[in-house]
Amino acid sequence: MNEFFDLIAWGHLEWVLIAISVWLLIGMAGMFALRRFTLVARVLFPIGGMTGIILFGAALSSLFSDVASSIVLPVGLPQLPFHFRLDSLSSYFLMIIGAVSAGVSAFAAGYFRKGEGTPPGLLCLEYHLFLASMALVVLADDAYAFMVMWETMALSSFFLVTANHRIPEVRRAGYLYLLVAHIGAIGILLCFGVLQANTGDYTFANMRAQHLTPVWASVGFVLALFGFGAKAGILPLHIWLPEAHPAAPSPVSALMSGLMLKTAIYGVLRVSYDLLHTQIWWWGVLLLALGLTTAIFGVVFSAVQVDMKRLLAYSSIENIGLLFAGTGLSVLFSAYGMKPMAALALTATLYHVASHAFFKSLLFICTGAVLHATSERSLGKLGGLIRYMPWVAWVTLIGVLASAGLPPLGGFISEWLLLQSFLFTPGLPNSFLNMLIPVVAALIALVAALAGYTMVKFFGVIFLGQPREAKLSQAHDAGMWERIGMGWLVLGCITLGLFPVQFIQLIDPVTQRLIGAGLGQQVADGSWLLVPVAIERASYGPVIFLLGVSASFALAYLLVRWFYHGRIRHAVPWDCGFPCQNARMQDTAEGFGQPIREIFAPFFHMEKELPGPFDNKPRYRVTVSDHFWYWLYLPIAAIVERIARLIGLLQQGRISIYLLYSFLTLIAVLVVVTLR
Amino acid sequence: MNMPGFLSQLVAIVVALLLAPILTGWVNQCRAWMQNKSAPGLFQPFRLLHKLFNKESVVAEYASPLFRAAPYIVFGCMLLACAIIPALSTNLPLSPVADAIALVGLFALARVFISLAAMDVGTAFGSLGARREMLIGFLAEPALLMVFFSASLISNSTSLTTIVETLAHQELAIYPSLAFAFVAFTMVLLAENARVPVDNPATHLELTMIHEALILEYSGRHLALIEWASSLKLFAYYCVGLALFFPWGIAEAQAPMALLFALPALIFKLAIGGVLLAFLETISAKMRIFRVPEFLGTAFLLAVIGMLIHILLKA
Repeated sequence: MNEFFDLIAWGHLEWVLIAISVWLLIGMAGMFALRRFTLVARVLFPIGGMTGIILFGAALSSLFSDVASSIVLPVGLPQLPFHFRLDSLSSYFLMIIGAVSAGVSAFAAGYFRKGEGTPPGLLCLEYHLFLASMALVVLADDAYAFMVMWETMALSSFFLVTANHRIPEVRRAGYLYLLVAHIGAIGILLCFGVLQANTGDYTFANMRAQHLTPVWASVGFVLALFGFGAKAGILPLHIWLPEAHPAAPSPVSALMSGLMLKTAIYGVLRVSYDLLHTQIWWWGVLLLALGLTTAIFGVVFSAVQVDMKRLLAYSSIENIGLLFAGTGLSVLFSAYGMKPMAALALTATLYHVASHAFFKSLLFICTGAVLHATSERSLGKLGGLIRYMPWVAWVTLIGVLASAGLPPLGGFISEWLLLQSFLFTPGLPNSFLNMLIPVVAALIALVAALAGYTMVKFFGVIFLGQPREAKLSQAHDAGMWERIGMGWLVLGCITLGLFPVQFIQLIDPVTQRLIGAGLGQQVADGSWLLVPVAIERASYGPVIFLLGVSASFALAYLLVRWFYHGRIRHAVPWDCGFPCQNARMQDTAEGFGQPIREIFAPFFHMEKELPGPFDNKPRYRVTVSDHFWYWLYLPIAAIVERIARLIGLLQQGRISIYLLYSFLTLIAVLVVVTLR
Repeated sequence: MNMPGFLSQLVAIVVALLLAPILTGWVNQCRAWMQNKSAPGLFQPFRLLHKLFNKESVVAEYASPLFRAAPYIVFGCMLLACAIIPALSTNLPLSPVADAIALVGLFALARVFISLAAMDVGTAFGSLGARREMLIGFLAEPALLMVFFSASLISNSTSLTTIVETLAHQELAIYPSLAFAFVAFTMVLLAENARVPVDNPATHLELTMIHEALILEYSGRHLALIEWASSLKLFAYYCVGLALFFPWGIAEAQAPMALLFALPALIFKLAIGGVLLAFLETISAKMRIFRVPEFLGTAFLLAVIGMLIHILLKA
C-alpha cells in the first residue's frame, strides 16, 4: 500500500482532497440531472461509494506513514484562507468516514425511489455535500474553516432529514434538529474564541501555541463540551436525535448516527488533547458523569421504544454516552500523568468509534430495507420477516450481536478494553475517585447488559415469530445494490471483531500523537491474542474463540448424526397444547418494554389510561415520554414565547408609532453623544 | 502447544462433558432425599439424554434455521466456557482465549441465541420466556461481572488462571470483599441456572416458568443438546465459584501429575456444593417474577459493596 502511494507524486492530503472534490462534483452532477432517477441512483451514488473507498485507502496509508501534512487553500474570504491539515487523528476519522460511507452509498443506490419528496438529483447534491463537509470538518485546521464546514454539515443534513417535507412531523423534527445544532454551534464558536487567547489569530496552530491559565482552559473545555455535546446528543441536549433519525431516509440516518455523531467525538478529542495542553482531573469526571448518565438514559429509553428507528436512535445516544465515558476516563488518567492507562482508555474509545460506526449504520440501513419491503416502521406491525427477507435478517443479526456487545464481534472488544481500563483505576492518586469508579464500572456493565435486552427485542420482534399483519407475507428481500452495501458493512463488523490486534495498530499512531503512549507495540506481541498489558493480566483471542464455538458446534452436529440420526418432523407448534394460537398472542414490543418500565419507572414520564370495570370497549394505553421535555424544554419554550409576546407589544403596525420610535431613538442617541 | 497442556485441556473438556450431567443428577437426587421423595439414580440425566437423542425432532412448521442452529450454538458456547475455566488445572492452553469478562460475554451470547430461538416460533409462551430470560440476564450479568471484578482487583488480573493461582497461594484468610462477592455469586447462580427461588426447573406451570417456557418447542436431539448445555452451564458456574472462592486442590502449571489428585478434589467439592444447592432449593419457595428484580438488584449491590470494601480496606 505504502509503496503504491509513494510511486505517485501526490501526498495523502492531496488524495484525500481529490476524493472530497469528487464528492462535490457528483453533487453538482446531481443538480444537472435533477429528475433523471436512473442516472442518479445507478451511476452517481455508486461512484460516490467508490470515492469513499479511495478516501478510506488514502487515510489508511496516511495512518501508516504517520506524517502530518497541511495545505492552505485560498478559498473563502480575502486574508482568511482555509487551512487544512491531515494528522493521525483526522486520518483515523477520515478512514471511518470513507469506509462507512462506501457501504451506505452502495445501499443508497438501491434505496432512493422515485416520487419521494425531494427530487433525486437534489438529494444527491445534499447527500454528497454532507459527506464532503464531514470529511472537511475533520481536516480543518483553523476555526473559520471548521465552523464553515460544521455549518455546511448541519445544513445539508437538515435538508436530508426533511427529504419527505410534505409530512408535518418531518418538518417539525428537522426544525428541532436545526435549532439544537445551532445552539451547539454557538458553544463551539465561543470555545474557539477562548482558545485563541486574544491573539486574533484563529488558526489551530496558533491555539496550540497558546498556554492558557487553568481557568480559561476549563472555560474553553466546558464550551467545547456543550457545543459538541449538542451534536452528539449528550443529556440534556439529546432530544433532537430520536426525532430526526426516524424522520430521515434510512441511508441518511445511517450516516448521521454512524458518522456525524462521531465528528462531535472528534471535536472533543481535538480540543481536549490537541488544542489544549494540559488536562484537569475534573474534566474527566465531568465527561464520565455526563457520559454515564447519557448511556443509562439512552439504553433504558431504547428498551421501551415501539418504533424501530427511534429504538436505534436511543441506542445511539447510549453509545455516545459510552464514548464520552471512555474519553472521560482517558482524560482522567492523563491528568494524573498515567499515560499507558490513558492510552488504553482512549484506544477503547476509538475502537468503539469504529465499531459503532459500522454496526449502527448497518442496523439503520437494515431498517431501511424493512421499511421498503413492508412500509411499516412500528414494531407492533412487523414480525416473522426472517422467512420473507432472509438476507436482510441474517445481516441484521450480525449487526444486532455487535450492537449487544457480544463476542466475537466488534462491540465486545471496545467494551472489554473499556472495562479493562476501569480495573486500573485503583492506581489513581485520588482516594475519592477510587471509591467512585467501581460504581462507574458497575453501571457500564449494566448498560452493556441492557443493550443486549434491547437488541433481542429489536431483532426478535421484527424478524422472528409470526407476521403480525397479513401484508407482511408480500415482503421482498433486498435488491443487489442494497446487498452490496450491507455486505460491506457486515465485513467491517466482522473484521473489527476478529482482528483487534491488527486494528489497534491503526489506533496506535493516534494515541501516540495525543497522549504519547500507545498499545501498538505491546499488542503486536500476541499475534492471535489481544493482550493489552500483560498475558497474566488479561487476554482475549476472538479468532480462537470463534473457532472454539464453531468446532464444538460442528463436533456436536457430526456426533449426533453419527451415533443417532438426523430425522425431523414438521408439525404445528406445541405451545403447551393451547389451541387457537394466533400472531396477536405473541409478545409485543410494548410487552418487552414492560419490565423496563416497571424497574426504571422514575426515568419515564408515563401517562396511563386504564379501562374501568364496566367499559364496553376496554382500552389500555400507556405513553412514555421524556422528562426533559417537561422539565427543561417546554418551560424554556414558554419563556421564549412570553418574551416574544412582550416584544410584540412594540409592534403596533401603525406608522405614527414607528415614527415615534425613530424620534425617541434619535433623542437618546443625541443625549448619549452630548454627555460624552 | 505443549503436550501436558494439551492433555490437561482435553481432560478438562471430557471431564466437563461427563461430570456435568452427573452433577445435575446429584442435585436432583439430594433434593428428592431432602424432600422425602424416592430419588432417581445418579445417571438419570444420561438416560434422559440417550432417550431424547433417539427420538425424532418435532419442529414447528414455520421455524427458521435459527431455531435449529440455536441448540448447537448454545452447546458450543457452554462447552467452550467449561474448557476455559480452570476446574482441574491452571495449565489450560485455551484459557488465554477468554478471560473473566469474555466468559460473561460467552454466557450472554448463549442466552441471546436461546432467547431468539424461543421467539422464532412465535408462540405466546416462547416469547414470554424469552423476555423473562433476558430480564434475568440483564440483571444477573452485571452482578456476575462485579463478582469477577472483586476477584480481579485482588489478583490484579481478569485472567481466570491468574486469579486462581493468586488466590490459591494466599494464606487461609477470608477476604471480606470475597465474602460479599460469594453471596452475590450464589444469588446469580440460582437465577442464571433457573433454580428455586427464581425459577423452578421441575415445573410446567404456565405462568411461572422461565427456562422451561424458552425450550417448550424443542424436542428430540435439540432438546437433548439444550439439556446437556444447561448441565454444562451449572457445572461451569460451580467451577467458577470453586475457582474464585475455594481454589485449593486445583493443579498448577508446573505439576502435571497433580491432575490425578485434582479430579477427586473437584468431585468432592462438587458433591458438597450439590448438597448445598439442593438444601437451598428445599428451604426456599419460588418468588413471584416481579420480585426477581429486587432479588438480583440485591445481588448486584452486594457485589458492588464487595468491590468498595476491597478498595477501602485493601483486602
